[in-house]
Amino acid sequence: MAALTRTFRNRLLRRHGEGERAARDEATPAGATGGDAPPVDIAPNDPLLAYLQSASGAVDVEALELDSPALAELKDAGVKLAVPLVSQGELIGVLNLGPRLSEQDYSSDDRKLLDNLAAQAAPALRVGQLVREQQAEAATRQRFEQELEVAKLIQQNFLPKQLPELPGWQVAAYYRPAREVGGDFYDVIPLPDGQVGFVVGDVTDKGVPAALVMAATRSVLRASAQRIVEPGAVLERVNEHLCPDMPEKMFVTCLYGVLEPETGRFRFANAGHDLPYVKTATGSEELRARGMPLGLMSGMPYEEKETVLAPGDSLLLHSDGVVEAHDPQREMFGFPRLKQAVADYPGGGELIDRVLADLHEHTGPGAEQEDDITMVTLQRSPGAAHMRNGAVPDALLTEFEVTSAEGNERLAIQRVSEAIAPLDIAEQRLERLKTAVGEATMNAMEHGSEYRADRPVTVRVATAGGLVRVQITDLGGAPPSSDPEVPDLEAKLAGLQRPRGWGLFLIKNMVDELHESSDGAHHTVELAVRLEGDDDGDA
Amino acid sequence: MATHETAVAVRRRDGVAVIDLAGDVNNAAERALDAAWAEATVERPDAVVLNFEGAGYINSSGIALIVGMLAKGRAAGIDLRAYGLTPHYREIFEITRLADFLAITNDEDSAVRGAEGSRDG
Repeated sequence: MAALTRTFRNRLLRRHGEGERAARDEATPAGATGGDAPPVDIAPNDPLLAYLQSASGAVDVEALELDSPALAELKDAGVKLAVPLVSQGELIGVLNLGPRLSEQDYSSDDRKLLDNLAAQAAPALRVGQLVREQQAEAATRQRFEQELEVAKLIQQNFLPKQLPELPGWQVAAYYRPAREVGGDFYDVIPLPDGQVGFVVGDVTDKGVPAALVMAATRSVLRASAQRIVEPGAVLERVNEHLCPDMPEKMFVTCLYGVLEPETGRFRFANAGHDLPYVKTATGSEELRARGMPLGLMSGMPYEEKETVLAPGDSLLLHSDGVVEAHDPQREMFGFPRLKQAVADYPGGGELIDRVLADLHEHTGPGAEQEDDITMVTLQRSPGAAHMRNGAVPDALLTEFEVTSAEGNERLAIQRVSEAIAPLDIAEQRLERLKTAVGEATMNAMEHGSEYRADRPVTVRVATAGGLVRVQITDLGGAPPSSDPEVPDLEAKLAGLQRPRGWGLFLIKNMVDELHESSDGAHHTVELAVRLEGDDDGDA
Repeated sequence: MATHETAVAVRRRDGVAVIDLAGDVNNAAERALDAAWAEATVERPDAVVLNFEGAGYINSSGIALIVGMLAKGRAAGIDLRAYGLTPHYREIFEITRLADFLAITNDEDSAVRGAEGSRDG
């Protein structure tokens, strides 16, 4: 005699989604030989199950006629009697009996005895099953917790142990994993020539698989960054490395940027990651660059863009754990709120603290963190253009675009003024430069770009050779203008010249140097004024 | 980008029309300045005084408008004077020789009296 000592309930439910093996040993009849017979597989839709469930006692297998594969197997295995084990109306097992050793049929007393035995064994068997289920669940929980610990260890081991100290810059980072560790990571990579690479990424999925992919991504990225300078090319290479081995349905979003601390130039590429925000004196804006997440498809290009972080500017790289945090009404923190925070708050570590405070207020007290949260900030000191000895080093201070629209020269004047404010240029010289910038930008927008919004004017401000140089470039591509008519006020008042035509005349009189150049596609006017000296000298 | 719109008011003082300029003096100010000139000269004034104390940004288009106003004044035989210019814009008025054709004074009283500056050079 043999009893089914496994729960039918769990096994039968599981068999819907699993292979045959799971239910392989559900029914183990003992033949007349007394040895173990092969297990009998009872499919969940087998009519034998329903029959046994509703049977009032031991079932005579040989006499039973059902279109049931399991019944046929039982018959083949020599089972004579099947005694259902029912606890609280639920079939939890079957006692399968082979022929009696005496080769006589089972008597009615035998059947009664077996029925009584089944009635008493079933609850005990059920208790045993429940204990085993609980043990299995506890083991699963423990394994899950252990996995979380492993994932945390992997992630923390691959995060930077310390952040670089860059003169004129404040670098701060924050990383906090969710309980069910996600795939966030960040990295700061020292590069040749004093450049520094910054990475923020997020692997889809959670736990150990995400942590392993994160570790692989970080390693490949670090290695590639040492060999290739361009951020777009680095991401292309990382993508090629990851694609062949990336587990199904997993990918990595990643923002990689390279900072030149001396100039503030920040070149970046983005593999589908949340857009970073840059805080300037006029607000905050996203840094956009196109690119697919890593590990999805090989051969993907990654657009490379660049910006210049002017003295006082700051940059926030972040993961979706910030913007996707929900309040109790399930409203997300959202990109607009984060963008506004970047505009309103100081940069650096304080920005991180203030965003975290806002986030805490948004999610409410005691809310469990839904996803990993990562933030990295870069802030350029407001007086970063000054060297210790007071001399001004050659540096790119800012570069920006101005949409070609009437009145926008004011925007250019404002941005240039902000960029050169730390240089303490004498006031009158500064005013002259502002007028020259306004006039040159107006000319570029009107004549080069014909006031078309799709033809912006680029303004680049740098210090070089004791001068502040402002280059204003339009897409007109016109050759350098020959000397235009010199405005003569008397001729204008007499109607011999039109009243207008003062722009270039003013520019020439406002700056120390004026250069014009063209490459056929771009037309550039460069204005330069001396950094040192008093106000009285002629411009 | 929003510019600072020009606001112009005309008032009379001791037979002189004073045009108070506030905001940007640029291309967008043309209509306001034309209207101000018309209002200031409805009744022939002894002179027209431009008050730049409230003016902000003045660009080459604004300079052209002032040249146009100066031309109208010369045609009508009406003196133009100015006060309230910052040192920077005063320098621009000098570089462009506008200062040779309209008297620039330090304050309104002097401008109304015609006490300082010179005319026609």
